[in-house]
Amino acid sequence: MTIRLAGILIGLGITAVLVLWSLIPGAYNYAFGPPAEKPAYYVFKEKPVAPEGGFSFDGPLGKWDYAQLQRGYAVYKQVCSACHGLKYVAFRNLEELGYTEAQVRAEAATWNVPGIDPNTGEATTRPGEPTDYFPNPYPNDVAAAAANNNAIPPDLSLMTKARKDGTNYVYSLLNGYVDPDPEKLAKAQENGFETPPGLYFNPWFSNVNLAMPPQLYPDLITYDDGTEATVPQMSADIAAFLTWTAEPSLVQRKQTGWFVIAFLIFATGLAFLSYKQIWAGKKAKKK
Amino acid sequence: MSFAWAKQYEPKSAFTKWVDEKLPLPRLVYNAVGAGYPVPRNLNYMWNFGVLAGFCLVLQIVTGVILAMHYAANTEVAFGTVEHIMRNVNYGWMMRYAHANGASFFFIVIYLHIFRGLYYSSYKAPREMIWLLGVVIFLLMMATAFMGYVLPWGQMSFWGAKVITGLFGAIPFIGEPLQIWLLGGFAPDNAALNRFFSLHFLLPFVIAGVVILHIWALHIPGSSNPTGVEVKKESDTVPFHPYYTSKDGFGLGVFLILFTFMVFFLPNMLGHPDNYIEANPLSTPALIVPEWYFLPFYAILRAFTADLTIPFTGIVLIEAKLLGVIAMFGSILVWFFLPWLDKSPVRSGHYRPMFKKFFWFGLIPCMALLTYVGGAPAEEPYVLLSQIATAYYFLHFLVILPIVSQIEVPKPLPYSITEAVLGSDDKPGGTDGGGDNPQAVVKPLPGSDPDGSLQPAE
Repeated sequence: MTIRLAGILIGLGITAVLVLWSLIPGAYNYAFGPPAEKPAYYVFKEKPVAPEGGFSFDGPLGKWDYAQLQRGYAVYKQVCSACHGLKYVAFRNLEELGYTEAQVRAEAATWNVPGIDPNTGEATTRPGEPTDYFPNPYPNDVAAAAANNNAIPPDLSLMTKARKDGTNYVYSLLNGYVDPDPEKLAKAQENGFETPPGLYFNPWFSNVNLAMPPQLYPDLITYDDGTEATVPQMSADIAAFLTWTAEPSLVQRKQTGWFVIAFLIFATGLAFLSYKQIWAGKKAKKK
Repeated sequence: MSFAWAKQYEPKSAFTKWVDEKLPLPRLVYNAVGAGYPVPRNLNYMWNFGVLAGFCLVLQIVTGVILAMHYAANTEVAFGTVEHIMRNVNYGWMMRYAHANGASFFFIVIYLHIFRGLYYSSYKAPREMIWLLGVVIFLLMMATAFMGYVLPWGQMSFWGAKVITGLFGAIPFIGEPLQIWLLGGFAPDNAALNRFFSLHFLLPFVIAGVVILHIWALHIPGSSNPTGVEVKKESDTVPFHPYYTSKDGFGLGVFLILFTFMVFFLPNMLGHPDNYIEANPLSTPALIVPEWYFLPFYAILRAFTADLTIPFTGIVLIEAKLLGVIAMFGSILVWFFLPWLDKSPVRSGHYRPMFKKFFWFGLIPCMALLTYVGGAPAEEPYVLLSQIATAYYFLHFLVILPIVSQIEVPKPLPYSITEAVLGSDDKPGGTDGGGDNPQAVVKPLPGSDPDGSLQPAE
C-alpha cells in the first residue's frame, strides 16, 4: 500500500512538473507564439531521384553491370580523382570490375602513389602497384581546403552509404546543377537566401549551396565502349561505380541471401511439421 | 526444484552414468530445458521470446568475438579497421551486418519479451525476482549496445557518445568531474574508445551470468502462462522437451528468416548514413539520434524543455537537463517497482477488462509515439507529442496501474490450465482459480513444503 501510494504521488509529481513547466508554456508558445521558421533554403530541397530504368543492382536479384562500372571508373579517373580520394579501394579491387590481372597491373602503373626514394629515403612518388590503394589528391586536409575555397572534398569510398538513398543522391546531385525556380527564389530571397560567390546552387545538396562547381559536361570524356557521354549517362555511371566502391560485396551479399533464406524456409517448414506432429495429442479437439 | 511429477534423468550407458557421477551437467540440462522440466501446456507464441533472446545473446557473442579479432580500438584506425572487415576479411561483411542487425533484433525480441511480461503480469508473485533480474539484463544490454555503437567511430558514434556521456554532466556538483572521469578526457577520444571496447567485450558475459540467474529464478516457480492460473497437476503441463523444443525451434526458424532477410537485403536500413562518415569533432551532424531502440527513452529525456523554477522569482530548483536525465532513468527504474505497484490478484490481461484497455489503447500507442518523436527533430509539434506521451508513460505505471488494480472487477478465471485448453477438467465449472482473492491464484506448488515455502533449486 505504501509503495502504491508513493507511486501515485511521484507519478502525479513528475506529470505536474512536466505539464506545468514544460508542456503548457510550450503549447502556448506553439499556439500563439511566432511560427517556427524553417531555413530559407527549405523551399528548394529535392528528394533523390533514380535515373530512368533504375540501376542494374537494384532489388533482391540485382547484378553489377560491368560495362557501367568500367565507364564509372573512367569518369572517376578523368574527373573526380582530381579532387576526391578513394582511400578504402585498392587497385587490385579493380579485377572485380571485369579487368584481367595484367590490365589491373597496367592500370595501377598509370597512377602515381606516394613512395620513398630507396637511395635517399626522401618522400617521392612512384607508379602504383595492384596492392596500393588509390592515392589522395592532396597531401593533407589543409592543402585540400586551401585549394578548394576552404571546402575539403570528401573521400568518395563510402559516399553512397553515407547519404540517405546514396546511389540516387550521387546521381541526382551530379545531374542537378539547375537554375533555381524563379518563384521560389523570390520567396527565399525575402527570407535572406542567397548563393554566395564561390558556391553553386544545387537543390539536392543538404543546404542547396554546394562548393563543388558543376563537373560534368556533354562529351567531357570518351567512353571506350562508344556510349554517348551525356551528363545523365555519366552521372548514372559514376553513381554505379561509387556504389561498388562503397560496398563491393553488394551482389555477393544478395546472392548469398537467397541461398540462406531458401535453406531456412525449408528447415522452418520441417520444424513446423515436427512441431505439429509432436503436439497433435495435446491440442483441444476442434468443436 | 520442480513439480513432483517431473521426469527424472536416468543415465543409460556406462559413460553417461560415469559423467553423471562426476559432473551431473547432462542432468542439469535435462532438468533445465529437457524432459525434466514440466511447462504449462497452454503457452502461446509470446512465450517464445525468452529462448530467442538467449539465441541473440549467443549470436552477438560469436559474431562479436570474430569482429574483435579484426578490429582495433584506436581513433586513428577504428573506422578503417571496420572497413577492412567489410572489404578484406572473408565474409567479414556478413559478420558485421549480422552483429549490427543482431543488436536490433535482440532489442526487438527483448521488447516483445518485456511486453509479454507486462500484459500477462509475469512480474507478479511468485516471479518478482525473475522480473527484477530481467530489468537488470535490459539495463546491461542498453549499456552494451550504446558502447558497441561507438566502436565504428563514425559521426553518430562520436556525437552519440558525446550526448549520452554529457548526461552525466547534468548531475549537480559532481557531474562535470564524473563525466571527465568516465570519458578519460573532456570529449570522447582514444581513452573513451578504448574503455568502451573493453567494456563492450566484458558486459555480454556479465549479461550471460545474469541470464543464468534469470533462468534459475524461473525454474523455481516454473513458467507463467496465458491464463495466469498456476499449474495444479500433471495434466496442466507438458515436458519442455520435446514439446517446447519443437515449438521454439519453429519460432527460431521464423525469427531467422526475418533476421537474415534484413542482414542480406536491407542491412543498413536500421542504421544511420552518418555513421559511414568518419568521426569529426569539428562537424556536428544536423540531427543527432541514437539507435532506434533507444528512441523512446531519448524522447523522454528531451521532453523536459524548461527548468523547474519557483514562479515569478526566477530561482531555478532543477535544470531542465537534469529533469530529463532523472525522467529517463526513472522510466526504467519504475519497472523495478512494478510487482508492488500492480496488486491485482489476477495475472493475465485477458481477464482484466480495464487493465487491457489501458494496455492496448494507452501504453502501446504511447510507446509507439515515443519511438516516433524520439527520432524527430526537437521542434513543434514533436516536442508537444513527446511531452504528452511522457506524461502518459509515468501516469500509466505509477498512477493508473495501482488504481486500476484496486477498483477493477476481473472476469472469472478458468479452473485450471487443462480446462482452459480442453474446455473441461475433472472439476468443471467454478472459478476456483481467482476472483479477487490472491491466495486462490498463488497456490503453493506441488512438491513444496507443507508450509508453502519453496525448496532451493537443484
